[in-house]
Amino acid sequence: MLILDALSGALGANPIQRATLQTGLLTLVLLILSLACTPLRLLTGWTWPARIRKTLGLLAFGYAALHFLIYLFDHGFDLTLMTEDVLKRPFITAGFTALLLLVPLALTSTPGAVTRLGFQRWTRLHQLSYVAVSLGALHYYWGVKQDHTPPLIYAAVIATLFLIRLLKRRPARQAGSRPAKP
Amino acid sequence: FSRAVRPLGPYDTDEKVTPYQQATTYNNFYEFGTDKSDPARLAASLKTRPWTVRIDGEVRKPMTVDIDTLQSWFPLEDRVYRMRCVEGWSMVMPWLGFPLAGLIRRLEPTGKAKYVQFTALLDPKQFPGQRQPVLKWPYVEGLRLDEALHPLAFMAVGLDGRVLPGQNGAPLRLVVPWKYGFKNIKSVVRITLTEKQPQTTWALAAPQEYGFYANVNPAVPHPRWSQATERRIGELGRRKTLPFNGYAEQVAGLYRGMDLRRSF
Repeated sequence: MLILDALSGALGANPIQRATLQTGLLTLVLLILSLACTPLRLLTGWTWPARIRKTLGLLAFGYAALHFLIYLFDHGFDLTLMTEDVLKRPFITAGFTALLLLVPLALTSTPGAVTRLGFQRWTRLHQLSYVAVSLGALHYYWGVKQDHTPPLIYAAVIATLFLIRLLKRRPARQAGSRPAKP
Repeated sequence: FSRAVRPLGPYDTDEKVTPYQQATTYNNFYEFGTDKSDPARLAASLKTRPWTVRIDGEVRKPMTVDIDTLQSWFPLEDRVYRMRCVEGWSMVMPWLGFPLAGLIRRLEPTGKAKYVQFTALLDPKQFPGQRQPVLKWPYVEGLRLDEALHPLAFMAVGLDGRVLPGQNGAPLRLVVPWKYGFKNIKSVVRITLTEKQPQTTWALAAPQEYGFYANVNPAVPHPRWSQATERRIGELGRRKTLPFNGYAEQVAGLYRGMDLRRSF
């Protein structure tokens, strides 16, 4: 779609900047959607969200990688410049860290990886996505010039999803688990 | 039309002029909205006639003057200037207007005048962006008096030989090409000569990020991005940003002895 937009001139006068923004937003939306699957299941009992979760997560990673590639292209694939940006600018640091956190998640997205790691460890590893999405929202917040309303809306959605998980899981866990020590 | 045949003046750049279509559809004009496409989409609602400009403060003859009268005081000139946005993109703009110095001199500043403050129109009916508190409205900008008297400082009423489009700041806007674009206040309704440094909009909104001077300076990064390079609209790659946007020879003297890292 981006390529079509670019060819038709729909990306406007500054296509690189526009493509960067669009891939970044798509990453965040897809990450949020993948993280909405579990809360949705908890609230409704539906099972289909869990089945598309992996696809959403991988798509999010794909767009994050594309977003990063466009950034690299924009800076002439100058890795020194990139390192400087990552170290010196908190907004880039947040985005880059989020991308790094997504790498092991994408690598362990196969059923084989779940078996190899064991379900518990795999689940714990994939809780990194909570950190990644939060850093992504922070990256967006720090990246905008002045109008902070859109990034705050994203942050609010993320916070709501976390809250649903907490509220829905705690009582169940307390009821089902025995006290650790008598 | 006139631009193509007229010889380049001493202040003109011979770089390729940004296509009119792009220069009038990719705009930062938060009075219409924060998206670059908002101004072109919504500018039709801006009524630029009748339009008056109030002139007050430290001047011998405070007055309110009609824009057409004000314009008739000076012969209109073309100026092809580079424009560098603080966001890291740039254009080459063929302005039509008159030097600010001529206007200031005509207003006869008093001995107390040290700064020039510009105020843009405040009207949420015509400026839907002003219904949101994204910035403190109305938009205010300012220059030191010697900056305002510099021959490069310009008041534009037209673009590319045509009347200035609403999205580019009609009917009257400031153009100071050695400073970041946000200094170039649009749709000016008031010019005040002051003794004290004006409180300018972006410097109020984020003082760590935007200073009063806002001179284009590749050596002083914005806290969140580098200012070393820029993308010329219409090009894919980036080019090096020049000190004072390439006008160092003309304007660097205005800032002799100043620490431009602190007075950014």
